[in-house]
Order: sequence, then C-alpha cells, then structure tokens
Amino acid sequence: MNNWVVLPLLLPLVTAVILIFLSKKVRLQRGISLVSVLINLAVTVLLVGQISRDGIQTLYMGGWLPPHGIVFVADMFAALLVLITLAAAAASLLFAFRTIGEKREQYYFYPFVQFLLAGVIGSFLTGDLFNLFVCFEVMLISSYALIVLGGTKRQLRETLKYILINILSSTLFVAAMAYLYGAVGTLNMAHLSERVAEAQQGGMLNSIAVMFLIVFALKAGLFLFFWLPGSYSVPPTAVIALFGALLTKVGLYALIRTFSLIFYHDQGFTHSLIGWLAAATMLLGGLGAAAYNDIHRVLNYNVIISVGFIAFGLSVGTREAFDGTVLYLLHDMIAKALLFLLGGMIISAAGSSSLNQMGGLIKTYPAVGWMFFITALALVGIPPLSGFAGKLLIVSGGISAADYWLTGIAVFSSLMVLYSLMNVFIGAFWRDDPMLPAVERKKWPAPVYVSVTALLIIVLGFGLGAEWVYSFAGQAGEVLSNPSLYIDAVLKE
Amino acid sequence: MELYMAIAIGVLFAVGLYLILSKSLLRIILGTSLLTHGIHLLLLTTAKLKTGAAPLLGQKAEAYVDPLPQALILTSIVISFGVTSFFFVLAYKAYQRLGTDDMEELRGNEDE
Repeated sequence: MNNWVVLPLLLPLVTAVILIFLSKKVRLQRGISLVSVLINLAVTVLLVGQISRDGIQTLYMGGWLPPHGIVFVADMFAALLVLITLAAAAASLLFAFRTIGEKREQYYFYPFVQFLLAGVIGSFLTGDLFNLFVCFEVMLISSYALIVLGGTKRQLRETLKYILINILSSTLFVAAMAYLYGAVGTLNMAHLSERVAEAQQGGMLNSIAVMFLIVFALKAGLFLFFWLPGSYSVPPTAVIALFGALLTKVGLYALIRTFSLIFYHDQGFTHSLIGWLAAATMLLGGLGAAAYNDIHRVLNYNVIISVGFIAFGLSVGTREAFDGTVLYLLHDMIAKALLFLLGGMIISAAGSSSLNQMGGLIKTYPAVGWMFFITALALVGIPPLSGFAGKLLIVSGGISAADYWLTGIAVFSSLMVLYSLMNVFIGAFWRDDPMLPAVERKKWPAPVYVSVTALLIIVLGFGLGAEWVYSFAGQAGEVLSNPSLYIDAVLKE
Repeated sequence: MELYMAIAIGVLFAVGLYLILSKSLLRIILGTSLLTHGIHLLLLTTAKLKTGAAPLLGQKAEAYVDPLPQALILTSIVISFGVTSFFFVLAYKAYQRLGTDDMEELRGNEDE
C-alpha cells in the first residue's frame, strides 16, 4: 500500500476542476496548469525512484483487497510512461500558451488538457480492466473536445469521423470485457491472468484475446489506422503534439499490458498475429509517409510506422525485445511531441502545409531547421541519438527469435522514416525556388522556443545517457517478460 | 433464456451496424445507440441470467443475482449517454456549418 500512487492521477483531476471556475482569467489558467504539471512531474520522479528501490507499488482503493476492489499498480513501465507523458504535456502546454489563441483559452482549453492527462495517466496506472475502459473514455471525451475546439469546418468534419470510430471501438471494448467476465468471472488484471492460466488459453479465450487486439489496434492505429491521418491534421499544433505523443501510445500500452500479462499462454497464435499486423502497419505507414507532399500527412504516417515498430517489439516477446520496446516507446513519445511542434512551426512559418509551396527556410530559420534535422535522425535511430538503443534491442531480439521477415520489414521501415523526413527537410529548408513567395521572418514568443529546446535536450540526453535510462527500462522489461512479478505484487502482499 | 437474449442482442448488433454503414448522419447516431443497447444487454447476459432476488440485502433471499455487471452497465450507460449527446450536438453544429448530413459529401477536399 502506497498512497502516492494515486497522486499523478489526482493532481490533473483537481487542477481541471479548479480551472473550470477560472475560465476567463487566462493568465491565471496558464500558470496553474503549468505548475500543476511540474509538481506532478516531481511527484512521479519520486515514485520512479521508490519503485526502483522497493519494487512494484500498489494502492488498494478504499482498502478493499484485490480482486474485490479497484487496485492501482505502479510498476516501472507505467511509472516511466507517466513521467514521459508529463514531460510531453509540459512542453505542449508551454507551446500552447502564446500560440493557441485567447478565444480557445477562454473556452476551457486548459481544463480539457488536464482531463486528457487524467485519463492518460489513469490508463497507465490502473490494474483493473473496467477502470481502464473508464480512463480511456475520460481521455477520449477530452480529446473529442480538444479536436473540435475552435469549430472550423475541417475540424467539425474530421471530429465526426473520429468520434464515430472511437464509439465503435469503445463498444467493442465493453463487448470483449463482457465475454471475458462471462468466461472467467473477474476484471482485476492480475486475477484475470491467474484465471486465464488456470483455464488454459484455448479456442474461446483466444477469440476474446483477438477481440481485445482489434479494440486496442483501433485505438493505437495498429493496422486499423484509417481514421488517424485525417483527424490528426485538423487541430492546432500544440494539440496535435499532445495527441501524437500520448493517444496512440495509450492504446499501445493497453496492448502490451494485455498481451504480456493476461493473454501470453498461446503466443504462437496471438503474438504471431500481432507480428503480421505490425509488419503490415509498418509497410502501409511507410508507403503513406513516402507518398504525400504534405507535412501533416508525412508526420501522421510516421506515427503509424512507429506504432507498428513498437507492436513488432511486443510480438517478439523475449526479454531483450521487451527492454527495447520500453526504451523505444519512451523515446518515441518525446520525439514525436518534438517533431509535431517543429512541424507546426514550419507550417506556420511557410503559411502552408504543402511542401510544394515552401523552400529555402534554412536562411530565415536556421535553428528550427537543424532541430528538425536532429529530431529526424533521432527518429530513424542514428547511434548517438535517442531512437538507437531501443531499435537495436528490438531488432536483435527479432533476429534471435528467428523472425527474419518481420525484422527485415522493421529495418526497412527505418529507411522509410529517413526518406520521408529528409524529404520534408529538403523540401522545406533547402530548395531555393524563385517561383515561391518570399517568407517574412516570423518571431515566435519565448515559451515556444523554451518548449522545443527542452524537448530537444531530453532527446539528446536520452540518447547520450542510454545506459542510465536502460537501468530503469530494464526493470520495466523484467516485469513485462515475467508476469508473475506483477501478479505477486498485486495479489499476495 | 440466454439463447433468446443472444438472438435479440444479435439482431440489435445487426441493425446497429447496418445503420452505421448508411449515408445519413442521423441514422449513424441511431445506429451507435442501438449498438450500445446491444452491448449493455450482452453484459447482463454473459454474467448468467440465473433467478434470484434483486441485489438488495433487505430482501432476505436464498440467492441474489450478480451485482457486478449491473454496476458495469450503469457506468457504461452514463458514459454512452454523454458521448451520444455530444455527438448529437456536433452533428447539429456540423449541419449548420457544412450544410449537409450526407457522409459522402463530408469526405473532405483540399480546397478548404
């Protein structure tokens, strides 16, 4: 029992409620929301330290012992994800302060961001399947509001599709849960894992597992990603950065948790299915990223490629691959937030998102250009930068598990990332075309530069200090590859 | 009894999915609400429809029905209620701004 475990969820929730009453006081809202996220960051750092010393921390809500009550479980994987979530959120908030516009700020932008954080953090920390569903809904409903806030025509149109897809996947989630409850009679994840092991995962539990796979694949954009490129290109930059860093990753987290903790008994069936879905995602995402000449599209398809890559790490399922998956997931959340913020800066500088209508920006914006270049290399996984360690571990895990085809596709997908991002870099920054309209130098306010610089420092530090980060990520990978650690921590304290 | 419920739920699912695949936005929203009805009945049914008293301790009975799915359904009902009302208002707003409720015409063009 450790009451600190609920604090990362409670802080954004309370902050959001307070901010609702201050909707017209914009400056106060900015201050409170940033301070709350920073305090939360400090709390989570302490929590991570505690987990690395004393092992998995649990909290039984209301003192009801599992499996009867709701339990919050902070293992290293969940705590690290909460930490990165808060870092990405702090940067997006800083970026939003002067770019999002007074109008949106007065209409509950900051409360929605805080509710989104509450949903995301709750999903990471919960140890109960139905509670996971509720946290998903908290996150999704705030994301509907954040996508449509502003109410332009494109936003309205894309939000309709986004909501419809998510209602369908939530409905399927409840259906899958109903079947699972009917089959084994519990909803606590650790207890589920025990019961599924007792019942021996056969035909029926496999089909329930595939239902969960479909649900989380819809949320994460694994193969069923058709909704993603459209809906992630309409909201303002700060919101897209928040979405690109967090939303699909929550689906991935749920996927990793479910298939490493509950349904891990028939890996030949479920995990090879995930592997082929991941390969298809990487290929299709790569094709999309290479095909478009529009910055929004290229970046959104890059989200899809990385989702496929992380799911590939899950499908390999060895200790090494899990370590790599955790490392890569952490890196990807930060790097994607940075990539979307820089992409938004390029679009607002050039006044268009089409690469055909920009060029030669390196003369006016050298800092943005080189930052984008470094971020692109980090996403590809060039050695001193942050993406390398995770990719290396996943790929070598794939080779030692003899998944040569899938590993080949995963390596090829890095090439597609490199090609598509360099295409953006060359198109936006180098090419000098006398036909293009001259771009006037636009000065962004200081918080914008602070937020992208902070993220860049994290990306660089993450790569240079990979050994140190690995000492934490290794603990997360250990729990993922050995679920009995998690079960013992929850059920047998 | 479960068999009849299963058939009824299957019909609700089929009708809901058929409506979601149609062109008009209003039919799609009706489809999602039929689908959620089906899901809630499914939750009730998979937890076994045995006979027993309502789960209230004041009723002195031999057996009670399972209280957990009822709590789950209650939670799920209010969530889907919130989402559906948001969806309706969004559809209304979209109809006002975009002037159509035909999903084919909402596909999106580059010229906006």
